[in-house]
Amino acid sequence: MDYFREHILTIVAFWPLAGMIVLMLFNKENKTLIRWWANFVMIVGFVISIPLWVWFDRDNADQMQFVQNIPWIQTLGANYHVGIDGISLLLVMLTTLLGPLAVLSSWEAIHDRVKEYYFFMLMLQAGMLGVFISLDFFLFYVFWEVMLVPMYFIIGVWGGPRKLYAAIKFFLYTLFGSVLLLLGILALYFIYPSLAVQHPEVASRFGTGSTFDVLAFQAVASYLPFSYQYWIFLAFFVGFAIKVPMFPFHTWLPDAHVEAPTAGSVILAAVLLKMGTYGFLRFSLPILPDGTKYFVPFMIGLSIIAIIYGALVAMMQPDMKKLVAYSSVSHMGFVTLGMFALNPNGLNGSIIQQINHGISTGALFLIVGIIYERRHTREIAQLGGLSNVMPMYSVVFLIMTLSSIGLPLLNGFIGEFTIIMGALQQNLWFAVAAGSGIVLGAAYMLWLYQRTMLGKIENPANEKLIDMNLRELATLVPLIIVAFWIGLYPAPFFRVLDKPVNNLVLKVRPDYFQGAQRLNAEIREPR
Amino acid sequence: MSQFFQIQDIGAITPELELVAFGMFLLIFDLLIPDKRKLGLIALAGIAISSLFLFRLRNTDFAAYGGVLALDPFSIFFKFIFLIAAALSIAISLKYLDIERENHGEYYALILFATMGMMFMAGAVDLVTLYIGLETMAIATYVLVGFLRSNQRSNEASMKYFLLGAFSSGILLYGMSLLYGLSGSTRFVVIAEELSRRPLTDPISMVAMITLSAGMFFKVAAVPFHQWTPDAYEGAPTSITAFMSVAVKAASFAMMVRIFMVAIYPLRPQWVPIMAAVSVMTMTIGNIAAITQSNVKRMLAYSSISHAGYILIGFIAGNETGLTAVPLYLFIYTFTNLGAWAVVVALRRKDVIGEQIDDMAGLFFRHPSGAVLMLIFLLSLAGIPPTAGFIGKYYLFAAAIQTGHNTLAVIAVLNAAISIYFYFRIVVAMFMREATEKTGLVYAPGLTMTLAIATLFTLLIGVYPDPFIAMARQTVIHGF
Repeated sequence: MDYFREHILTIVAFWPLAGMIVLMLFNKENKTLIRWWANFVMIVGFVISIPLWVWFDRDNADQMQFVQNIPWIQTLGANYHVGIDGISLLLVMLTTLLGPLAVLSSWEAIHDRVKEYYFFMLMLQAGMLGVFISLDFFLFYVFWEVMLVPMYFIIGVWGGPRKLYAAIKFFLYTLFGSVLLLLGILALYFIYPSLAVQHPEVASRFGTGSTFDVLAFQAVASYLPFSYQYWIFLAFFVGFAIKVPMFPFHTWLPDAHVEAPTAGSVILAAVLLKMGTYGFLRFSLPILPDGTKYFVPFMIGLSIIAIIYGALVAMMQPDMKKLVAYSSVSHMGFVTLGMFALNPNGLNGSIIQQINHGISTGALFLIVGIIYERRHTREIAQLGGLSNVMPMYSVVFLIMTLSSIGLPLLNGFIGEFTIIMGALQQNLWFAVAAGSGIVLGAAYMLWLYQRTMLGKIENPANEKLIDMNLRELATLVPLIIVAFWIGLYPAPFFRVLDKPVNNLVLKVRPDYFQGAQRLNAEIREPR
Repeated sequence: MSQFFQIQDIGAITPELELVAFGMFLLIFDLLIPDKRKLGLIALAGIAISSLFLFRLRNTDFAAYGGVLALDPFSIFFKFIFLIAAALSIAISLKYLDIERENHGEYYALILFATMGMMFMAGAVDLVTLYIGLETMAIATYVLVGFLRSNQRSNEASMKYFLLGAFSSGILLYGMSLLYGLSGSTRFVVIAEELSRRPLTDPISMVAMITLSAGMFFKVAAVPFHQWTPDAYEGAPTSITAFMSVAVKAASFAMMVRIFMVAIYPLRPQWVPIMAAVSVMTMTIGNIAAITQSNVKRMLAYSSISHAGYILIGFIAGNETGLTAVPLYLFIYTFTNLGAWAVVVALRRKDVIGEQIDDMAGLFFRHPSGAVLMLIFLLSLAGIPPTAGFIGKYYLFAAAIQTGHNTLAVIAVLNAAISIYFYFRIVVAMFMREATEKTGLVYAPGLTMTLAIATLFTLLIGVYPDPFIAMARQTVIHGF
């Protein structure tokens, strides 16, 4: 047990990989066995990640926990250094939760080349978990790139009619971003020793040798000259913004989402996009505080454009999946808006909203996938009145629609509300823009629901549709539970986040809390 | 000055002498042994014994023959690269030459002679020794390129390669003669001393530098002297293309390191801008031209051009990281590229040329292991972790950033990203298109061995590069 506890992160991240290697031994004709095995591996993967949530020390949520640090490439100073704080904890849990659901949803959807499909799904899962637990930049980069390949294949082999185009577009876009990210990492790597030498308090903790240690980079952040921060921020920005995706780098997303198979879209929306925002949180903000502050107006501007533009484009889509894809652009705009408000509310909301987006957009893609499997079309005009024949389906869809538009009692509300509070503390107009995004969001989602679910069935092809089966329900129930959990009782989540977020704010704005206290004092005792 | 010839100097060239002996024997055995594949095995044995001799010399560091031939970690590292490349190329040739119906003993002898020439190139610290090594390699390679006697493409390739190669050797020789005229010596160290005494803008040194660089750029196929590469690579027997793309290329870069980092090092401020321009053009044009190719051999030829462009970054950086990157990259490239070529060789079956991308269609369904291995090699060529190619590219980009060549680094990484587009055209064909024919591939034992070794190193260096980086770094700590 002790061994398990000390190595839990490694076990959680590499378990899918172990399952993948065993999977290779199976006969590819034995599809049922392969499906059972992949589901088994994913569910066990989730179960062994639960201790993370239980054992996580919430009083030290800003400290890295379950840390393992083993030399790896000593000539470069790269280590196998993993660990999680409150922020990565939530993302790891999101990943281990969504993985099994995505795999379960593919049971009937994937008929061809089943073995390779599950092979790539397991590889992808390991890559994503690796990204969220890495505390060494070199290791991070390896995981970050490794997961491109399985995702490329999942879109390119099992995707829709334009799959090849969408797959290579996804790959090229992300790769362009990540190679620039690599240059940013290298620049940090080479300047670190000279900074560490000058500052004994850093040198005593992390040494003065070349290192990729993220914590070491964070420790020298305040000594990093602005000219460096400026360029490294831009390099990181391209890398992460493409992944998020932020406007104007979002054009790969609708293609990839629409062409990918359902499980691919779910993973893409729920987890992959979070890698970009996580990159900002873990690297850009704490390592490049001055660069971050300098670019705040720019980042907020892009976020607001993404919120409104994404929503407007979503409204005009004739295809359900494309609509959900563009709604992702809009929602991720909220996430980055909250993040670059650079205050505790904004950041808390931003992270909660990342989880929410994973839950509700993941669920919406599953919902779209369910109807697509029955009707082989996603065109809104072809559907309509489905609540008459698929009552259970329509209820689940309604819950997730409401979650997505931020109705109180459901998860979306918590995230959006906190983000708007954060934005309001920064500037009234940011909050107004975000608020208009919510209104637009409600409009396109409810309109979608009305056009597909309500009214009479007019298309005869829809009359014989069967409601969700147990398996399909099983993919959605966990998401509904979490949606209500966050909506009704978000305290456990905020408890995990509070300390790391405050710590993050302090790193970017060292005087923030003093300023806030003074402000509060002034409000209480007006001079 | 030391005595010109000392008896222990013989010891310094035992690996080379041994290769020559085996080459000679092969020519004789050719008359006696009807099964030519046995000759290939003898050649492999020769390479193995030569490696053993070389291994015994691994810790030496001195200049033999009165200081014209260095036996230092740098040359030993490169000699191992040549021997590995030669061995793997011979291993993939055994069956391939049967299919081409051109299995002759002199093929293996020529490979050994070429390898011997390369080993002298890597060790040469003197213009004459260098040139003799270079020509020994080049003449053997011209013949090998045209080895498919009845094949027009092969003949044409050989002729083109020969003409342009001779031309570039001439230019190179012109530069060398100017350096000799300036310094009165053929030794690199003496030349460097003389050049450093002259003003940086001295016209004669300039002409010498420019002609020398042009000759070198021809040999490594850098733009704008790259035109021969696609034709020669396409026409040559595929096993020889593999050999050229790794061994000949590595030898030319070894020669370049000695010339640029020793002989004309004093002119560094002058040649860095030239090389930067050439590097950018080579990467970009190589990659862009590769995008439009429909023939795998031509595509890989253009890709090898772009790889030469990346390697030049190591020279431009010129510091320890950069000079470590050059041998390291070439070492990695040897395994990765030979692996990729081995798959192309495997596609050559009776009546099927197997060079078009279309011939790769559905390879995964016909022969999954071939497709998966090709995928690994292509990912490594593109520099995606956790393959060895990433470590090589990482080192080059790191060198550029470390020395402040930021624009160059950005252009290089963008090129690396573009390259995925054409490498993945092969992947698309292999994994996402229907098979056009049902016949599977038959792996000969030699080919299987090559693929196994190439895969092993491509993945091993990718996951645990430490010892290999240490070895490559060892080569530059002394000397440069």
